[in-house]
Amino acid sequence: MEILTINNVWMMICTALVFFMHLGFALLEIGLTRQKNTLNILFKNVFIVTIGLLLYCLVGFNLMYPGEFNGFFGFAGFGLDSPLTADGGLDLAYNEGYTYWTDFLFQGMFAATAATIVSGAVAERMKIVPFMIFAIIYVGFVYPVAGSWKWGGGFLDGLGFYDFAGSTLVHSVGGWAAVVAVCLLGPRIGKFKDGKPQAIPGHNIPLATAGVLILWLGWFGFNGGSVLSADPALTSLTLVTTCLAAAAGGVVCMLVSTAMYKNLDLTMFLNGILGGLVGITAGADQMSPTDAIIIGAIAGAIIVFAVSFVDKLRLDDPVGAIAVHLICGIWGTLAVGLFGNLAGMDQFVSQLIGVACYAAFCITTSFIIIYTLKKTIGIRVSEREELEGLDAHEHGMDAYPDFRLNEH
Amino acid sequence: MKKIEAIIRKSKFSEVKKALHEIGVNFFSYWDVTGLGNEKTGHVYRGVSYSTSDIQRRYLSIVVNDDFAETTVQAIIKSASTGDVGDGKIFVSDVTECYRIRTGEKGGETLK
Repeated sequence: MEILTINNVWMMICTALVFFMHLGFALLEIGLTRQKNTLNILFKNVFIVTIGLLLYCLVGFNLMYPGEFNGFFGFAGFGLDSPLTADGGLDLAYNEGYTYWTDFLFQGMFAATAATIVSGAVAERMKIVPFMIFAIIYVGFVYPVAGSWKWGGGFLDGLGFYDFAGSTLVHSVGGWAAVVAVCLLGPRIGKFKDGKPQAIPGHNIPLATAGVLILWLGWFGFNGGSVLSADPALTSLTLVTTCLAAAAGGVVCMLVSTAMYKNLDLTMFLNGILGGLVGITAGADQMSPTDAIIIGAIAGAIIVFAVSFVDKLRLDDPVGAIAVHLICGIWGTLAVGLFGNLAGMDQFVSQLIGVACYAAFCITTSFIIIYTLKKTIGIRVSEREELEGLDAHEHGMDAYPDFRLNEH
Repeated sequence: MKKIEAIIRKSKFSEVKKALHEIGVNFFSYWDVTGLGNEKTGHVYRGVSYSTSDIQRRYLSIVVNDDFAETTVQAIIKSASTGDVGDGKIFVSDVTECYRIRTGEKGGETLK
């Protein structure tokens, strides 16, 4: 009983930390985009957290953890159904690490993250209503079904695929949808001139910095809570690997981007930290500190090349979501087969299969959703709305009514 | 009466202000402006280099009596100069009348 209490308290703290990550995402996204679209991005982020939790309560939790199922798709019924003891109290034998309620809320906080990743990638040009419809379907259906394949005990779990806290299950699931959405949307006006990428600087770098440091703090809960108990050895190791990977990712990204572009770009430094965090997430409990530093460092280097690679493909990703969440998510997932306790050829193959399965499922589902929206209600704002800002046209409000708006 | 408008470097503002106070110009208006010029500043953002010709400057508007205009202009030139391109410009124009709102009186006396 006392152990359960300790475990459960830790899990609730982690739940709160993961909730805090939504603020981090919101600040990062508005910081790296222009002032005229700030309110629109904040609106999307607030919508995702609120609707995400409600959907996870209504269907998500029981889609993701259906109990015994065929390994591909299971559903344990609508709403929450807490296990009860004979005298009507909450059955604490549910799990030794947490109660039923904590389990729901912790997983619910994760669920909304996948759609938040897409929000950053489509920023400054996607209509709000189709985005909301997309978010509802993706968070309510796609994410939990995809999650059930591994965390719900589905077929990938049986294959030996390993994803500790979601390099693939959360970050790549969001990342794949981001790629599809960006392809179907097209770049922002002015992003590519004669095929060459142009800089569209973000309007508030201090907020972007706060966002990344808040995300790092949130990751203490994201990875720390994924231990699913307060196991002293595992939780502390996980926090160490998480932080070392973040630090290594940031430093290496800073060094590589400075060497390549001859300037000390803080936004790259920040993306490098996130790349390190996403990279370590798949194997945070399986790595030694040295492994974690190597994984983070490689993720940091990947970020620099991935950002320019995405530009070369003429994909417009204002906040670097594809580089951070998709490409580093894939790297982190594969790294479980290369470093740490599970390293080995068999594991590497399992990881590859996992990455491929999620790619196929997420690309297909997000394409169907977004393509249907594009052909019916349209997904892109008009040219005038885009130039004058989504805040004014989609919301009729200003994020900063007292500040002058610059023309760009 | 003359209106002296000066566009100066923001970094020179406190020196100009001090120089104007020293010659007895205690009242004037100023605001921050963005302009375009020959000077280009190089930037790199997320691996993409770009340059901007937007220039941030401070705009001063000072109204003085005719016999004081040259002193004021010289004070600004002396205090705002760095010798590099981009130090700014000064424009002098005639002002036909001046009123003090509180008392309704008009003329050069209101500037003192």
